Amino acid sequence: MGVDRNGKDGWLTTTVDSLANWARKNSLWPMPFGTACCGIEFMSALASRHDLARFGAEAIRFSPRQSDLMIVAGRVPIKLMPVLTRIYEQMPEPKWVISMGACASSGGVFDTYSVIQGIDNFLPVDVYLPGCPPRPEAILDGLILIQKMIKKDSLRHYKVPVEEADV
Amino acid sequence: MLPKDQLAVVLKDKFQDSFIEITEFRGMLTIHILGEEVVSLLRTLKTDPRFAFNFLANITAVDHLEMGGHARFSVVYHLLNQHEVRRIVVRAWVDEENPRLPSATPLWNTADWQEREVFDLFGIEFEGHPNLTRIMNPDYFQYHPLRKDYPLSGRGERDNFKVVKRSIGSKWQDRRSFE
Ligand code: SF4
Repeated sequence: MGVDRNGKDGWLTTTVDSLANWARKNSLWPMPFGTACCGIEFMSALASRHDLARFGAEAIRFSPRQSDLMIVAGRVPIKLMPVLTRIYEQMPEPKWVISMGACASSGGVFDTYSVIQGIDNFLPVDVYLPGCPPRPEAILDGLILIQKMIKKDSLRHYKVPVEEADV
Repeated sequence: MLPKDQLAVVLKDKFQDSFIEITEFRGMLTIHILGEEVVSLLRTLKTDPRFAFNFLANITAVDHLEMGGHARFSVVYHLLNQHEVRRIVVRAWVDEENPRLPSATPLWNTADWQEREVFDLFGIEFEGHPNLTRIMNPDYFQYHPLRKDYPLSGRGERDNFKVVKRSIGSKWQDRRSFE
């Protein structure tokens, strides 16, 4: 925001920040990239007993263009990695990534030629959920961590730094 | 169906030197044969009314590197006689230098994808196959990963994809400190 020129966050930025962050963190639209057993566990987190809707994240979007939180649930083989990258790039900013389970975070027990050893080798990941699979409580916890991140966000972060800008 | 000894005599008579042996494991017979002749053996097993194995249940392969055997690779065919519900195994042995076999697609259409799988994972080529391309690994893949001399964790296939960074300025990284 070019409004507060004294280098500090002024009244306008902070107010707009808190409004935008409040709206964002309570209406996360997840894009489930469920490729294996973790995807099943994610479904149970959505279902009535654990009820992801309590955190405003029940609107599952299977189109990356409508979502802002990617949940990579399951192992990613080498054939799928370009697809995952493409989907991530198609998501509009701001976007967050949860790497769910041992497989997505580190390859898990699948240390073979065909499985990516952690998607964070190629994608920026915000929250890692340990477990095989993580309990639905862990998924809720991960979601709350993402919400905390969003709460600390500022619109000023979205500026492309001048030295990196493509002018 | 003929008992084991008679079957060996019949096959020895028909296939001469290509026929290797018959082994038995828990009542299941396995016919060992050299690779070139495998399709004529399969044709005999399919069309001869004494056998009538009308269904090809499975094709797979084994790499016998340092394991002993008649050659490096054996391609395994599981046949089923659906009328009498009997099964038999055919093992075709192929060399390391020139891993080639005639294709079983003229006999059974179902051999198509199974042979592509064996080609993909073991690099054994099937002559006369209508479309011998990789079925599971990506097309740019260069190796045959089920061969025993291929390292388990690969030769770098999983390590060289495009790396995507956060597209927003460097301050964006700070949000990792969320507590
Ligand atoms: S971490 Fe466990 S549950 Fe999740 S995809 Fe891997 S094997 Fe399946």
